[in-house]
Amino acid sequence: MSVLTLPAQPGQDTAPPPVSWRGMVWVTWRQQRATLIAVPAVLAVVAVFLVIFGLKAHHDYAALVHCSLDQGQQTQACAKAFSNFNSADWPLANTCSILMQLAPVLLGAFVGAPLLARELETGTYRFAWTQGMVRERQAIAKLVLLGATLVVLAAAFGELFSWFFQPFLWTEQMNRLTETVFDTSGIVFPAFTLVAFAIGAFLGMLFRRVIPALAATLGVYLVLRLGAWALHGQYPVTAVTGNADLPSSYGTPSLPGFAWILSTWFTGPGGKPANMSAVNKILGQYQSNPHPKLSLTKTLANQGYTEWSRYIPLSHYWPMQFIEAGWLLVLAVALMAGTVWLVRRRAA
Amino acid sequence: MNAIETRDLGKRYGKSWALRDCTLTVPAGHLAALVGPNGAGKSTLMNMTAGLTVPTSGTATVLGGQPAGSPAALNGVAFVAQDAPVYKNLSAGDMLHLTRNLNQHFDTPFARARLAELGIPLNKKAGRLSGGQQSQLALTLALARRPRLLILDEPLAALDPIARQDFLAAVMTAMTDDGVSVLLSSHQVAELERVADFLIVLSRAQLQVAGEVDDLLAGHRLLTGPTAEADEYAGRLTVVQTRRGGAQTHLLVRTGETAAPVPPGWESHQVSLEEVVMAYLRNPRVSEPGPLARVKRPQPTEATR
Repeated sequence: MSVLTLPAQPGQDTAPPPVSWRGMVWVTWRQQRATLIAVPAVLAVVAVFLVIFGLKAHHDYAALVHCSLDQGQQTQACAKAFSNFNSADWPLANTCSILMQLAPVLLGAFVGAPLLARELETGTYRFAWTQGMVRERQAIAKLVLLGATLVVLAAAFGELFSWFFQPFLWTEQMNRLTETVFDTSGIVFPAFTLVAFAIGAFLGMLFRRVIPALAATLGVYLVLRLGAWALHGQYPVTAVTGNADLPSSYGTPSLPGFAWILSTWFTGPGGKPANMSAVNKILGQYQSNPHPKLSLTKTLANQGYTEWSRYIPLSHYWPMQFIEAGWLLVLAVALMAGTVWLVRRRAA
Repeated sequence: MNAIETRDLGKRYGKSWALRDCTLTVPAGHLAALVGPNGAGKSTLMNMTAGLTVPTSGTATVLGGQPAGSPAALNGVAFVAQDAPVYKNLSAGDMLHLTRNLNQHFDTPFARARLAELGIPLNKKAGRLSGGQQSQLALTLALARRPRLLILDEPLAALDPIARQDFLAAVMTAMTDDGVSVLLSSHQVAELERVADFLIVLSRAQLQVAGEVDDLLAGHRLLTGPTAEADEYAGRLTVVQTRRGGAQTHLLVRTGETAAPVPPGWESHQVSLEEVVMAYLRNPRVSEPGPLARVKRPQPTEATR
């Protein structure tokens, strides 16, 4: 073997300038290339489906716009359009909606959990963490780059899904504040994706194994999601107490702009809390009459009863989005900081 | 300047210590061989020196006092871990580019030339290279970083005899051309004898011997004499190993600075590094009291018979 001469060494006395962050873009891209190609590819396929199905749903919905939700007042054409929409479009959309609940954890966990766990599992951390770039910096760069990529992808995908789901809000008597809709739209959807990614990365670093980290991420995410739903109604946005204008068949009160109703109650004659058995008697009589002359609200009012609701108006959608996305972002940053701390402290 | 300096260095996993109370100084410019049985703490010591593992107790510094794992230390230390970990799904060329991006200094032409010379194609996935080629790839990447300290954990294990020679030749070249200090662990004691000028023996998670090879060789003698007198004579010496035959007994003793003349009926022989290493490995309880590196070499005529 012939001799290859190494060039002179750099100065030994001066502290080295830190390795450029720019290199980490290529490093992250190259190490995560499979993921960074697969995730957008899968999302693109699903997006194409959502566009095609969404166009059909929007087309079918156009036939319903002028129909009444009240079946008693529907024309035959409207009834047919409703049944078509409800039996063909809604089941598929409902499935999509359920899958969309899982999308953040599917996206985030499958990118986040292997990020560091695979390095520890295969032993390549011994190569990566002894290079000139300090390992914390490597971890920070990867978390930021992949986190930002996921947020952008999720935000775009969430927007597409919101457009797709729009027709069903009215027919299914949901609104943008309904939990399942709220969590899959706006900035909350990418925030959940980022949190799932951060949970995955943190647990991957904690467990040092990909599969246990994945499983644990799914579990922790589920708990977080349930917690978020419980918190949803507790946000300090102004709830409004209002007079409900009931549809003629007893159901969800139609409040201004399909608000999110927290609670409903009745008052009786003189504004006192209503005797519910009396109210139920009136409701029962009203519903047994196939062709009532007056609306339910009027019928109740004639006997001194009023239905009240405490609700969050739809105009509070964005303040609530910012609150929820805000605490999710804080949680994600805390988990990422914890991940970096574990990287620093990790004893091989 | 000291290439490596540890003080009371220890690492505990759960209840058991992988290494404890290790105080060690390796001056720069040496090829230090780290030997010891499996589980003696060799990898633990190397991982802590490379800044990969955080010590449970004590400190480790490299390159004249840089804390192991600090940016300055990482910049000057190249580490090839056991089994030469590389990203199996990356090509050799990608590994090269990756290492360049993760370091302040990287000599791409050198790395390319060396891989070409070794016949390692740049477009081949690292996972598809042979074990020996993976080791050579890892060494190439380490050398191209132009380190001042090179730490190699069992680099010879995956290599055939010829590749082993080539590997050590490449390491020696880096040492002579650039003054790179090397810490190398291996079970190939015979091979180390040709290249190492500093020896570190670990056993049972503790430092047993550390010193320059010349000093160790000069400071140890194999004494051969009648078995009947052996016990009485051994009582006055620091015996590393005793081998009793029927009539004759061999004592491998540490003579230190002053090698006293042997009594009549006894012969004093020089020892090889392998003999010293094997004697210590077989007798893990015998440990060295002080840093032998400071021991002055005795005159060759004094101790030889």
